[in-house]
Amino acid sequence: MFDQTNAKLLQQIKFLKAQDVVFWFVGLFVLAGAFIILFALIYDMGQTGIPRINQEFFLNFPSRFAGRAGILAAWVGSLCVVLVTALLAIPLGVATGVYLEEYAPKGWFSRMIELNILNLAGVPSIIYGIMALSLFVYEFGLKQSILTAGMTLGLLILPIIIVTTREAIRTIPNHIREASYALGATKWQTVRSHIVPYSFGGIMTGVVIALSRAIGETAPLLTVGAVAFIAFLPTPPVMAVAPYVSAQWLMDPYTVMPIQMFNWISRPQEEFHVNAAAAGIVLLSMTLVLNALAIFIRYRFRKKYKW
Amino acid sequence: MKNIKAEVKNLTFSYDKTSTGRPVLNSVSLPVFENSITALIGPSGCGKTTLLRCFNRMHDLYGAVKYEGKIILQPSGFDILSKQVDPLEVRMKVGMVFQKPNPFPKSIYENVAYGLKIRGIKKKSYLDDKVEDSLKKAGLWKEVSDRLKASASALSGGQQQRLCIARALATEPELLLLDEPTSALDPISTAHIEELIGELKKTVTILMVTHNLHQAGRASDFTAFMYLGDLIEFGESSQVFTNPKEEKTENYITGRFG
Repeated sequence: MFDQTNAKLLQQIKFLKAQDVVFWFVGLFVLAGAFIILFALIYDMGQTGIPRINQEFFLNFPSRFAGRAGILAAWVGSLCVVLVTALLAIPLGVATGVYLEEYAPKGWFSRMIELNILNLAGVPSIIYGIMALSLFVYEFGLKQSILTAGMTLGLLILPIIIVTTREAIRTIPNHIREASYALGATKWQTVRSHIVPYSFGGIMTGVVIALSRAIGETAPLLTVGAVAFIAFLPTPPVMAVAPYVSAQWLMDPYTVMPIQMFNWISRPQEEFHVNAAAAGIVLLSMTLVLNALAIFIRYRFRKKYKW
Repeated sequence: MKNIKAEVKNLTFSYDKTSTGRPVLNSVSLPVFENSITALIGPSGCGKTTLLRCFNRMHDLYGAVKYEGKIILQPSGFDILSKQVDPLEVRMKVGMVFQKPNPFPKSIYENVAYGLKIRGIKKKSYLDDKVEDSLKKAGLWKEVSDRLKASASALSGGQQQRLCIARALATEPELLLLDEPTSALDPISTAHIEELIGELKKTVTILMVTHNLHQAGRASDFTAFMYLGDLIEFGESSQVFTNPKEEKTENYITGRFG
């Protein structure tokens, strides 16, 4: 028989509320712990690195002398590699995501592909490096080039872009698709004028986050042969003489920010560690800027569409 | 007697191609008369929405389904369900308005012009005229003529539904399907829409699913009562609601079940 006096009920409520308070404190404690560790790391790196950052640091090539060494080759290399990565991974990843959501028949085959893409997203990056070494470097003969690096990182972030594209597309309610089809639109017309535009914010958020991951990747590039000490820039893509444009830069050797850092940190001299910390600050800022951009895009587009 | 605009002949429908059990629609035959409103009524799960969505082959979007029988559009004799007919062609001839207002999150103008644009019409002056004309037919022109570039999402629910009607009218469909067009709207917007479809039947043939028996009685010329996939009774609405021939129909409209 359900028979509760009011006093008992109040007691019950008190107990349940106490549970809430306990969890509130546990959550706060864990969160604070994470923040403190993160800030301690950034503070420590900033303390050592920030005084080292000046104009020369960005404009100098690496050097035997820590005081003259800079990150010019590294940041230009990072930019070139990420550009190649983006050009390869964005069209491929977005197209795959759209195909899987809108075109592929929902059956065991598409479920299997979905599962494998999720698995790929979890494969350690060094494995991609080893695969790229045997496939791109040796099999395709692309050597230790920017192209190889871009393709390697492109493969690495492809699953992330596919998964976020699919998730963004899934937020579009089905009645919007039906509205388009009911007017006589084809799949492609529906994808082009509705699916992609309405999920663009979500897709771009995923793309930017994936690229910010690519910028920080080290392990696969070590395997495919990023050069640690490089004192020249890639060939410029435009020339003064015919044919005026050149794709030679794609085949040039390169280094990237995290590898430059890794190189400096593994030297015994203390001065190089300062350089590493400074490069770390620059790298961290690059990824933070990208992540902030992602948040901005998501915010803009979330406000735009209300279903 | 009015002309027949569309005719359902012995339509049996299953969602599953391999299904051997009871079909969702069981040998349904039904005329749809020109320039009139035909209401499909019946309890949940009776197959009225399924029948409506056969008229524009909406089921084809969701994999293999099984149609047996015909739906013939007159006077052309075009068989909607024929395997040789592309569902796209059907949807170019038959418009649809859904239960929940579903304007595209684009401008009001873009919404109405979309059906014409996907048919390859680019001429601005023609599109402008067509948009204005369709919005007028849908009784929305006065409210939105000064903000055609504004987002459709900013409109109220009732306005959005009238926009969806305008969007469907822009392509001059031979037949307009309405799937419970007022069930997500307040009473005032509902009255607006009902008044509107009463006007629209002068130019277009309307087939409407409704849960609301008063609406069917008020707004429709013909009523078809369906139950568990069977068409139980079809007739002029005045007859079906005041003097039903079948006991099941009587039980349903007097509120004894459903």
